[in-house]
Formats: sequence, C-alpha cells, structure tokens
Amino acid sequence: MQLPLFPEAASAIASSVDYLYFYLTAVTIVMTALIFAVVFFFALKYRRRSEHEIPPPIHGSLKLEIAWSVLPFLVMLTFFWWGAQIFFANASPPPDAMDIYAVGKQWMWKIQYPEGQREINELHVPVNRPIKVTLASEDVIHSFFIPAFRVKHDVVPGRYDIMWFTPTKPGRYHLFCAEYCGTEHSGMVGWVTVMTENDYENWLAGGGSEGTMAQQGERLFGQLGCATCHQLDQQGRGPILRGVYGSRVQLQNGQAVLADDAFIRESILNPNAKVLAGYKADVMPTFQGQITEEQLLQLIVYVKSLAIQGAPPVSEQSGAAATPNQTPTTGEKK
Amino acid sequence: MSTVLQDPRAVETPNYLNQEYGWKSWLFTKDHKRIAVLYIISITAMFFIGGIFASLIRVELLTPQGDLVNSDTYNKFFTMHGIVMVFFFLIPSIPATLGNFFVPMMIGAKDLAFPRINLLSWYIYIAGAAFALAAVVLGGVDTGWTFYTPFSSTYSNTFVITAAVGVFIAGFSSILTGLNFIVTVHKMRAPGMTWGRLPLFVWANYATSLIQVLGTPVVAITLALVGLERAFHIGIFDPAIGGDPILFQHMFWFYSHPAVYIMILPGMGVISELVTCYSRKGIFGYPFVAGSSLGIAIIGFLVWGHHMFVTGMSMYASLYFSLLSFLVAVPSAIKVFNWTATMFRGSISFDTPMLYAFGFIGLFTIGGLTGLFLATLGVDVHVTDTYFVVAHFHYVMVGGMVLAYLGGMHYWWPKISGRLYPEGWAKFACLLVFAGFNLTFFPQFILGYLGQPRRYHAYAPEFQVLNVMSTAGASILGLGYIIPLIYFLWSMKYGPKAGNNPWRATGLEWQTSSPPPTFNFEKTPIVTEEAYSYHTQNQKETHGG
Repeated sequence: MQLPLFPEAASAIASSVDYLYFYLTAVTIVMTALIFAVVFFFALKYRRRSEHEIPPPIHGSLKLEIAWSVLPFLVMLTFFWWGAQIFFANASPPPDAMDIYAVGKQWMWKIQYPEGQREINELHVPVNRPIKVTLASEDVIHSFFIPAFRVKHDVVPGRYDIMWFTPTKPGRYHLFCAEYCGTEHSGMVGWVTVMTENDYENWLAGGGSEGTMAQQGERLFGQLGCATCHQLDQQGRGPILRGVYGSRVQLQNGQAVLADDAFIRESILNPNAKVLAGYKADVMPTFQGQITEEQLLQLIVYVKSLAIQGAPPVSEQSGAAATPNQTPTTGEKK
Repeated sequence: MSTVLQDPRAVETPNYLNQEYGWKSWLFTKDHKRIAVLYIISITAMFFIGGIFASLIRVELLTPQGDLVNSDTYNKFFTMHGIVMVFFFLIPSIPATLGNFFVPMMIGAKDLAFPRINLLSWYIYIAGAAFALAAVVLGGVDTGWTFYTPFSSTYSNTFVITAAVGVFIAGFSSILTGLNFIVTVHKMRAPGMTWGRLPLFVWANYATSLIQVLGTPVVAITLALVGLERAFHIGIFDPAIGGDPILFQHMFWFYSHPAVYIMILPGMGVISELVTCYSRKGIFGYPFVAGSSLGIAIIGFLVWGHHMFVTGMSMYASLYFSLLSFLVAVPSAIKVFNWTATMFRGSISFDTPMLYAFGFIGLFTIGGLTGLFLATLGVDVHVTDTYFVVAHFHYVMVGGMVLAYLGGMHYWWPKISGRLYPEGWAKFACLLVFAGFNLTFFPQFILGYLGQPRRYHAYAPEFQVLNVMSTAGASILGLGYIIPLIYFLWSMKYGPKAGNNPWRATGLEWQTSSPPPTFNFEKTPIVTEEAYSYHTQNQKETHGG
C-alpha cells in the first residue's frame, strides 16, 4: 500500500517552493496550536463553577488590538515578499531555454519538438537544461501541471502562454491537466520523462521522419498558398517574411510592434488586426478555423527560422522574454 | 414581564406558530419569523440534496479508477454539489434563516422593513431552486459551479442555461434580503438601540447585506452573458468568435470572492453571540469586531484576482492581488483573537452551541491560515486547482460556516420552536461533525500538495489511501448532520419547554416569550445598555429564570 505524504522535488525551483511551504506550514501549526491552547486553557480555567457567577466586564485593549493586527500582518508580509520573489524569479524563461511546444486539446496533450518529433501525453526532456514550453489550446482552457516541478500554467485558447522549468532529476513524473475541461478531464494526463543529455540525444535521433518543425512549417507554407504572396526574395503582394521575426515592424496606423509568436499568430488568423505600413487590409484571407494549433506553431517556427538568415540581428529571445504572454491575440488590441 | 404564564396546564401562549394554521397561513405570511422557517425548510432540503451529491462523489473516489459512474455523470455530481451548496445553501443559509428571524428581534423591531419583499424573496429563491433542480432532473450540468468559459459558453452539451437561470434568479432573492436588512437596520431600531449597541450578529448581517446588494448584480450579468453567448454566439468570452475567456474569470470572481464573505460573515456574527453568551461576558473589543465585518466586506471586493495567478494575468496585478489578499486576512484574525480574549476571566459553560463555537474557532483558523498559502504567489502556482484548494475552502465553508449555522440553530432553537433539544445527542452529533469533518478534509491538504488536481473522476493510484480516509470521514460527517435533523424534529413535539431565556442571554430576542408572539414584543423595548451587558444582568433578574 502506497501512502506518499510529500511529492518528489525534481526541478530547480521545487525546493525553493518547498522551503516557503514549510515556513507557511510551520507558522500555521504554531498559530493554530497557540489558539487551540489558549482556548482550551481559558475554557478549563474559567469554566462555569456556579450559576451565579458574575465575571468582571473587560471592554478591550487598544494596545492588544493594534498588536494582533500589526504583528500578524508583518508575518504575512514575509510570506508575500518571499512568494513574490519566487514568482518573479520564475516568470520569464532564460534566453538559452530549449523550446518545446504543447497544445491542449480535449482531452490530450500534443507535444512538438523543434527537431520534428511529435508525441501525445508524453514529454521527453533532458536533465539540467532550462525548457521553455509554449502552450496553446485548441478548444477550452486547460492547465499544464507538473507537480514534481512545482509548476503550473493555464493554457488559454486564442493566445500563447509560456511556462518554463529546469528538470534536475532523471525519472518519470506526472503531467496533469489542472483546469477542468470537460468529460475526460481526469484522463488528460501524461508523463514527463527526464533523461540524461545522452539519452535525450539518442531519443531525438530516434524519431521524426517528417523533418524539423521548421521544415514541416515550410511544407505547410507551400500547401496553404502562403508563398504566392509572401515571396522570400522579391516583393509580392504581402510582406517579405525573411528577417521579420523578432524585429519591430511598422504598422499602417503608425504604431510599431514586436513581431513575436503572438503577432505572427494573429496575422495568420486575423490579418486585418494589424496591417503593416505600405500594405492594404482585406488582401490576405483569414486562416481562422482552417489550420490546427499545431500547424500554426509549425508555421511560426518556420517564420522564425527565416529570421536567422535575415538582415536585422536576431533578437527574438530577449524580445520574447520581455513580454511573456501578455499580448491578446484576437480581438482588438487595447 | 407579564407575558409568561406560569401554569403548565394553561393553553399555549399566543405566538407566531399557533397564531394561524393551514398552509395558506404559511405561504402568504408576511411574518419574518414564518418566512425564516420557510427558508429553514427549503435550505435544509437543498443541503441534503447537495449532500447526496457529495456522498456520491466520495463513494466514487474510493477507488482510483472511475468505476461507479462514467465521467460525464461524475462531472455533473461535483457541479451540482457546488451549485446547490454555494448558491442555494451557503449564500442564503444564515441571513435568510437566523438573520431573517433574529435581526428584527435583536434590534427590537416588529418585522423587517419590507415584509412583502421578504416573502417575495423566498418565492424568488424557490423559483431559482426550481430551475437548478430542473437542470438536474433534465440531465444535469457539467461545467463546475464556476461556469468557466469557453467550456460553459461553447463546449458543454448540458443544461447550462437552465442552471445559470436558476442562479441568476436566486441572486435577486439575495439582493432583496440584503436590501431589506440594510433598510431595517437603518430605520427600525428600537429607542436606545444605537449603532454602538447593535449586537454583533446584526453588524455581521449588515456587512453581508452590503456585499449582497453590491456584488450579486455582477454575477447575474456575467451568467446572463454566458447564456447569451450560448444562445446567440455574441462573442464575449469565446476567443474563436472574438471574445476573451479570462474576462469571464474576472467578472465571476469579482462577485464570487466577496460571496465567500457573504457565506462566512454571518457565521462570524453567530460566533460572537455564542462566545459572549456562554462566557457570560461582553465581547472583547466591540468596535474592532464590528468594524472588522465592514473591513472584510470592503477589502473583500479587491482581492478576486488571487483566483487567477496562473492564468497569465499581469505579474504586477498578481502582486497587488497577493498583497491585498493578505490584508483581508487581518480583520478575520482580529475576530479570532477577540473571541479568544472574550473568554478570558469569563464564566464558560460547555453547552452544545459553545462546542460548535470552539469547533468554528479551531477550523476557521486552519481554513484562514491555509488561505494564506493560496495568497502566496510562489506557493499558489503549485497548489491552485488541486485538492489543497478544496480542503481550504471546505475548512472555511463547512468547518467555519456550517458549524456556525449549526451552533446558531442550537442556540436559537429554543426561541424558534419554544422547545429544548436533547443535550446529550446534540453533544454527540457535534463531536461526530468535528471528527468526521477533519478526517474528510485534512487528508485533502496532503493530496493537494502531492498534486492531485481537483475535479478528477479517476486519479493516480498512489493517492488512494488518502482518498479512502476522506471518504470514511465523510460518512461520519454525514451521520453528524442527520442526527440533529432527527432530534430537532423530535423536540418540536417531545422536547421540554424552553422558557423565555434558557441560556440567560442578554439580547432583546430573549426578553420576549418563546416562541415569540407575531409582533415579537408586547411593547416596543427601550434599550439602555450596550450589547452583552452580562455584568449588570444578574442584578436585574434576582427573581429571573
């Protein structure tokens, strides 16, 4: 019979979360014990001994009121400060993080690797390397939760969310969907396999007959007819995509925006939302409802790969890290 | 002083129960006490319906595989459990029953300010409950009580609109009760009943009413939008048609977090009455206990974002919501410390209501402190949407609110029914509730940190032992709820007569006969002292009893 009482700690941040949890637990136990003890002590010491007792009136004490308002709040500020530190330290992935893409779909996780592998409900990662997971949802809100890593992030349809972690221990760990998403919500579970660097290289070499994600995207780019207007070396009806990713692009309305994942995604699904300066609206058709989230990610990885040979220096990683998942990608930009 | 007939063979004194007979006298009554009784019957029925769903959930979770029912059915069970318990039991529980009965009496009024609106609010509640139950009978709802979009607005194939209409309608009942209380407390206080002399139960219900009036319209609007989106695809919440699913969460929690305080504040009011009565002593720090109710009501409106730390909300918004969530814990802590201090040098008895008060203080403390884990950003990321959250809010809602409700029902039962309940059975049931509750929900804290997500029909096999403990606890808890139902009913016929003031309490409600006459008092009471003046009481009632 198994009776685990504490989860395994298998990521770089897990023990820092655990220490804070221990601190909170210790304060909770001390405070609860204190209140229990005082209540118990008063109840016994001042128990009613005769029906005619007249206890002396005590109206209160301003000093005590201030003390038990301010002191607990000061203790709580330590929770706040420590918790915020962990939260902020882990908000943005480091620039050298390895990219993985996960799509939540009722009721499975579809994982894609830039090298071209694809799997369902299985995530393979090398140990001791920061991993950045770009999360997308095909339908409702899901939540990507790896208890052993102490990380969780909602996967909200209509945009990209980013989470990251650094696994520290080879092994197999639960992957759960933590946001209720319908019938088989509790079946939307999988495993994260953390491997040594060598095992991971072997594993990568083992699969992926469809080429890299960028190559898959390139094929799609041709199939969907994107190449008709977005030509690589000469001006077509649409903007040239080489060198666009990671740069700041000038819009028709005078704004300049960063061409990141969210921007490319929006430009494919809702081309009129942000039209580049020098181009016309209503030229490009929408691809909303015609491609899956996985295909969309492949296209983005392809466009991203075009930046590498492009003119402006590649700044996509620092740019992407500075604005994690804040950009709504559908509807009006506020 | 002449209202009590000493002759036991005499006919019963005229009171609100024997004034009129027949179903019409109940269904068309404008008496706040009879309306309170109608509410007691209705919410008790809803409590047991919600309890049946809880039992089914716990039985299913005995084994890791989903083997008792299929996943759709299980999802409907926890959804209906949540909707029924939150909107049709917890929110109306104390205000509509004990509040309805005792707020007017405690301020020396004949009734609420708007008796007809009071009756109307009960009918609205019944209409709302009818829709919610219709959703169950027709085939159920599977969105969770939180109705998160775009699942609820686009993807669910269940009776979402029916259930949402039920909650929407019930909201108006809540608004009307709140409005009635606010006006009553402002305009109907007896001579001498100044704001500084109001019993703390009245303060708590007053603060609750403010939230009901200000918050409920928002959830009504939100659910209406979900309904419109389902019916007409208007594109508010579903990103596929231009909406924002996170907008729903902001709107929903803008009401539903303050709603947590709608549920717990009246319970805190009850505890203030119990601790003073059974310590026979005035409350320690009256202005702080009263003021903290208002503090909770106000700050409670500013913390909703702590439900959304992993949604990708701005980090700075998260920081703000985290800080304010700690701030809202301060007034709750003030209450716990003041109740404890009230017992200092008191004359403490161990009657059943006081045992419930002890239970409340202990369990609410745990519920409150574990809430701090969820306000702490770094820890919340791991525990949010797990059983840790389930355990936390049950410690507050059941360990806190339900214990306060049961404590209050025992305390005021002699006034409501005129009879005493059997003390031995009551103590036994209280013990069962306390033990069963802890066995049910304590293991869920451990499960949560281990990572078991909430709303899981099937779960990882290593979580089974803790789940079995939880189910075992739930069976004890269930028994602890059924026993009081039986002896309360029994006592209405066979319980010994209670007399006007069996606990020798100070409140105005105890100065009139039990059960009270239709207009509460023979003549309007005049208040000359602050609340809980136990030290002067004994001199006055040298011949009392």
